[in-house]
Amino acid sequence: MAEVNILVCVKRAADVTGEVVLTADGTALDGRYSGYAMSGHETAAVEIAVSLVEQHGGSVTVLTLGDEDAVEQLRDALAVGADDAVHIEADSSAYGPADVAAAIAEVVRARADAGTAYDLVLVGNDAADTGNFQVGIRLAYLLDRPVVAGVQSAEVADGTATLHVGSAEGTETYEVALPAVATVLEGGVDPRYPNIRGRMRAKKAPVETVTAGVEPKGGRTLGLSLPPPAPTQVTVLGEGPGAAPAVVDVLRKIGVLS
Amino acid sequence: MSNAVLVLIEPDEGRVHLVSREALTFARQLGGEVHALMLGTVDEAVLADCREQGVAVVHEAQAAGGELDAYSAAAWATALEQALEGAGAATVLAGGTERGTEVLAHVAARRDLPMAANVLAVTSTEPLEVERQVAGGAVLERMRLDATPAVLTMAGHAVEAVAAASPGAAEHRTFEARVTPADLRARVQRVQARGGGDSSAALSAARVVVGAGRGAGSADGFADVDALAQRLGGAVGVSRAVTSLGWRPHHEQVGQTGSRIAPDVYIACGISGAIQHWAGVSSSKTIIAINTDADAPMMTKADYAVVGDMHEVLPAILEELDRA
Ligand SMILES: Cc1cc2nc3c(=O)[nH]c(=O)nc-3n(C[C@H](O)[C@H](O)[C@H](O)COP(=O)(O)OP(=O)(O)OC[C@H]3O[C@@H](n4cnc5c(N)ncnc54)[C@H](O)[C@@H]3O)c2cc1C
Ligand SMILES: Nc1ncnc2c1ncn2[C@@H]1O[C@H](COP(=O)(O)O)[C@@H](O)[C@H]1O
Repeated sequence: MAEVNILVCVKRAADVTGEVVLTADGTALDGRYSGYAMSGHETAAVEIAVSLVEQHGGSVTVLTLGDEDAVEQLRDALAVGADDAVHIEADSSAYGPADVAAAIAEVVRARADAGTAYDLVLVGNDAADTGNFQVGIRLAYLLDRPVVAGVQSAEVADGTATLHVGSAEGTETYEVALPAVATVLEGGVDPRYPNIRGRMRAKKAPVETVTAGVEPKGGRTLGLSLPPPAPTQVTVLGEGPGAAPAVVDVLRKIGVLS
Repeated sequence: MSNAVLVLIEPDEGRVHLVSREALTFARQLGGEVHALMLGTVDEAVLADCREQGVAVVHEAQAAGGELDAYSAAAWATALEQALEGAGAATVLAGGTERGTEVLAHVAARRDLPMAANVLAVTSTEPLEVERQVAGGAVLERMRLDATPAVLTMAGHAVEAVAAASPGAAEHRTFEARVTPADLRARVQRVQARGGGDSSAALSAARVVVGAGRGAGSADGFADVDALAQRLGGAVGVSRAVTSLGWRPHHEQVGQTGSRIAPDVYIACGISGAIQHWAGVSSSKTIIAINTDADAPMMTKADYAVVGDMHEVLPAILEELDRA
């Protein structure tokens, strides 16, 4: 088929896999010590986009809505093969998921007017920090496009995308006419790492900075807190293989040995 | 509009899915009349579960043209919107499964309503405020839901499914879903079934789960894990480190972005116990951790801990079980 133009939306989020710190006012995650990254879902989305364009030609544009530091995540995507980037410069904490979707839709329309129509827009299944699970679906309605959630791998041919979703029963396959939206779940593709050449390219690649075309209505966060530590009463059963009889005693006691 | 609560329920092996039953229990706490919606046939077993959960009305969506035969989130959302009108509900709720979350997001998008995912508790009803999990369960967020109907999905196993004090009438009402062609633009075309009984549905309902993480060492390091799960009639669950490394498939992942489990016993081997993993396992009745690092979070949060190399401890447990 013809070439495919793909837009991938990534979010700069505080790394929360280690110790989590909140800002002093308790309204946001503080990543100063843990660092920031795009999520695993978004990394997978970038990989899907880059490999589709490698096969079919076309372009990958990566987009973020965030402060100026968020350009770092755009460069990360450019380093693994995205062609260009759009930075919607805004305070993402003032944006609820409906606002983010509206701002992305504005860019999609503006780019179409300027000659780049995106066949596929990819977002993560859920953002690593705010976990709203909805930007992609809201975006699809704003653009009046079909949307598939939880996509783990994709092919395109003849104006159709074939999208694979892992489910409890197995793998579900969707075929949707392009243009379409998909939300990506990690685990179906093996994201590449940037090489030196990619990093060099990323430094020079074009990043267009735009202001959001929507007035954010805001999220509805009243405040954040850390979950209370689970009360623990751990019994150490022993060390090494010698602990095996004690483990089996526990299994018997709780009644899982038939 | 009444203060009824409409709950999207999903089937699982002939019953109402455990996560949906949890959502029904949660719905009762909201005080209004509880309605349930099922896409597809509501049989006696489903009605029995609904009665037990105190459900007043069970809505069944049908589509004479077969529009609901294959899953389409948009078609489900259309049926849900109709049931919403029928029930006059002020709240729409689903368990936080992939489908529950996806369908509710469609409803929220169509009606330009806010949606709260992964809710743990309602903290205020006037105005409606909820506490929900964000950042993979590492952080709790208090959120305001200032529109009607309120759209929310529950964090898996946030509440335990318990029977209502008095059973509900579970009046069975069937309606024809007005699915549009646009709803069918994205629809499951085919399903490639996974072999064996190793589905993640089995994982989320398993009584025994043997878990393994990066400490397994390699894709070949799961033989004893598989053997112990089999010996105990349980399922295998793994950490994200394991699925990211491609050692095991994603459907075996346990945690915030995988299955949430609530077994009688979870045996976590070579798993550090990061908060996003913990979010999916903390409802286990008993946790036994096996780890070389006595200070790993999994070891300090577990009920029982064995300090040691899983590749030495697991064979010893298997041997001991053979002897027993
Ligand atoms: C938004 C988000 C969602 C996430 N969702 C999930 C999720 O759903 N599920 C999930 O698991 N993670 C999830 N994570 C990732 C999580 O933060 C951790 O990175 C991950 O759980 C670590 O996996 P692990 O414990 O196997 O690996 P590690 O943290 O590397 O731990 C390995 C452990 O094995 C021990 N070990 C090593 N060798 C041995 C041996 N021979 N015998 C015994 N013990 C040994 C080590 O002491 C260590 O404790 C998520 C992260 C984010 C940001
Ligand atoms: N500020 C943002 N900039 C770019 N993309 C975003 C932003 N917020 C959310 N997204 C995209 O939407 C996905 C789902 O987010 P959410 O619905 O908030 O959980 C994320 O994985 C991103 O791909």
